[in-house]
Amino acid sequence: MQLSNMYQEVILDHYKSPRGKGLKEPFGGEAHHVNPTCGDEITVRVQLSKDGKTIEKLSYDSTGCSISQASASIMFEQVDGKKIDEFNQSSDEFLAMMQSKGNFEPNEDLLGDGVSMIGVAQYPARIKCALLSWMAAKDAIIRANGEK
Amino acid sequence: MTTTDLKHKLDIKKIQLDFPILSREVRNNRKLIYLDSAATSQKPQVVIEAQNNFYETINSGVHRGAYYLAELATDAHEKAREIISGFINIKPDQLIFTKNATESLNLLSYSFLNATMKAKNGIAMDKRLILNPGDEILVTELEHHANLVPWQELCLKTGAVLRWIPITDQGILDYSKMGSLISNKTKVISVSHMSNVLGSITDIETVSKAAKSVGAFFFIDACQSVPHMPVDFNNLGADAIAWSGHKMLGPLGIGLLGATEELLSIMPPFISGGSMIETVSMEKSTFSKAPRKFEAGTPPAAEAVGLGAAVEYLQNIGMGNVHSHERHLTKLLLDGLKQIDGVTIYGPTDDRDRGSTVSFALDGLHPHDVGQVLDDMGIAVRVGNHCARPIMDKLKVQSTTRASTYIYNDDSDIKALIDGIEEVFRFFGRK
Repeated sequence: MQLSNMYQEVILDHYKSPRGKGLKEPFGGEAHHVNPTCGDEITVRVQLSKDGKTIEKLSYDSTGCSISQASASIMFEQVDGKKIDEFNQSSDEFLAMMQSKGNFEPNEDLLGDGVSMIGVAQYPARIKCALLSWMAAKDAIIRANGEK
Repeated sequence: MTTTDLKHKLDIKKIQLDFPILSREVRNNRKLIYLDSAATSQKPQVVIEAQNNFYETINSGVHRGAYYLAELATDAHEKAREIISGFINIKPDQLIFTKNATESLNLLSYSFLNATMKAKNGIAMDKRLILNPGDEILVTELEHHANLVPWQELCLKTGAVLRWIPITDQGILDYSKMGSLISNKTKVISVSHMSNVLGSITDIETVSKAAKSVGAFFFIDACQSVPHMPVDFNNLGADAIAWSGHKMLGPLGIGLLGATEELLSIMPPFISGGSMIETVSMEKSTFSKAPRKFEAGTPPAAEAVGLGAAVEYLQNIGMGNVHSHERHLTKLLLDGLKQIDGVTIYGPTDDRDRGSTVSFALDGLHPHDVGQVLDDMGIAVRVGNHCARPIMDKLKVQSTTRASTYIYNDDSDIKALIDGIEEVFRFFGRK
């Protein structure tokens, strides 16, 4: 079954035991993103360092399919506590992988468990699910910086 | 109806051969099992050929040009109007071709806006079309967005107030609440004939009587009913009925509006431009009578001809046969779903008084994941909110998985879905 390319064990594990789920205070920026076709929703909060260069704390709460839930959990693991530059590199790498139709050598240093999402890139209808948390996080960071 | 009555007489295997797409393979070289006809139906060869034939032999502008091809194209276009109007027992001049059912419903809602605005500028308009702040429009909680958002928009522009008949937790309209929602302020009642999410069928007679009692216009979104059951416009007590061609074996890109001659005569034009006028000067224009008044621009003639072929195809089968075949499938599907541990069916769970569109949930699993595993087995179902978000809120779910059938589905398709659902549970594990 080809399906196991998409639903790799590590994805199902993040889905069943999401890391870091639950919104935290305080936060400098918050974004709520929705995938209108399937109703998946996520809220991401970020608290930035005083110089605005580091994500001191990222938290999220979400409902949705296994791919969107696992993606949020993986993202949390990868970017919580990291510099915004690092977040951007990871985010760009993830986006490039998702748009690759699966022809991609993902950088594990940048994506962590996110490399397991390469199979999702072969299913256009699911790419939005995988990107939802990353896009929300990006927005939350922009807002946190804007409100400084 | 007893079970024996439900035994259909159609030769489904033979019907399936009429649909070229059903012989193609999908993911993993699996046979396509198409259970998403409520979204769009597949097309029989005769429809594809009718449309191709138009382009290959008579393509030209209809209702313009005095040459030979233009005459043939115009005849074919108007012949299609005759066939399609006959299908719901109205006169050809009572049938408007639109782009889709959404446009048909917008045509209706914009008539009120346009009449209201023109009246403000001193242009004589039928007062039943003029809305004042505080006037009311009534829909239901189970509408497709196409029969909800245009009325919300109309209310925002005119100050009218939108009201809705609620649904029960079982997804059935709560008619007991209707009395208190209808008054002399009610100017329009617009309801879906069959829910595109729950398959529940509206008691049209009850709503129609209520509309008549207060002199409100009564409109029906018949997208899910006309393709699947015999519908006679004159038995509905409605002023207008909107539906789409592509859900009834016809091409994409053509929708329909059937209406009383009276309504068509009083409604001002919706989209304006060429083809819908009598005379035009730089200062002003006068308009054609219906249907032309509502068909500005070059019409989708090949699509109309294709849809005409679709209607003839359905008439050959007989809409009564279509309906009983689908009831048979619905019963199989409902019985099958009830047998599986961890499946919740939304909407009526009895095959009586419901259509073949069935929404359900698998405990602990998101519809997107359910649909993905089914897709891996070649089974096409719809997942999501089905353009009817308020129902999702009522059911307290984010989205549902929906299976819907048509005449080309057979018992083995239903069995494949039921087996597929078991496979989904095996794949993800039960909660």
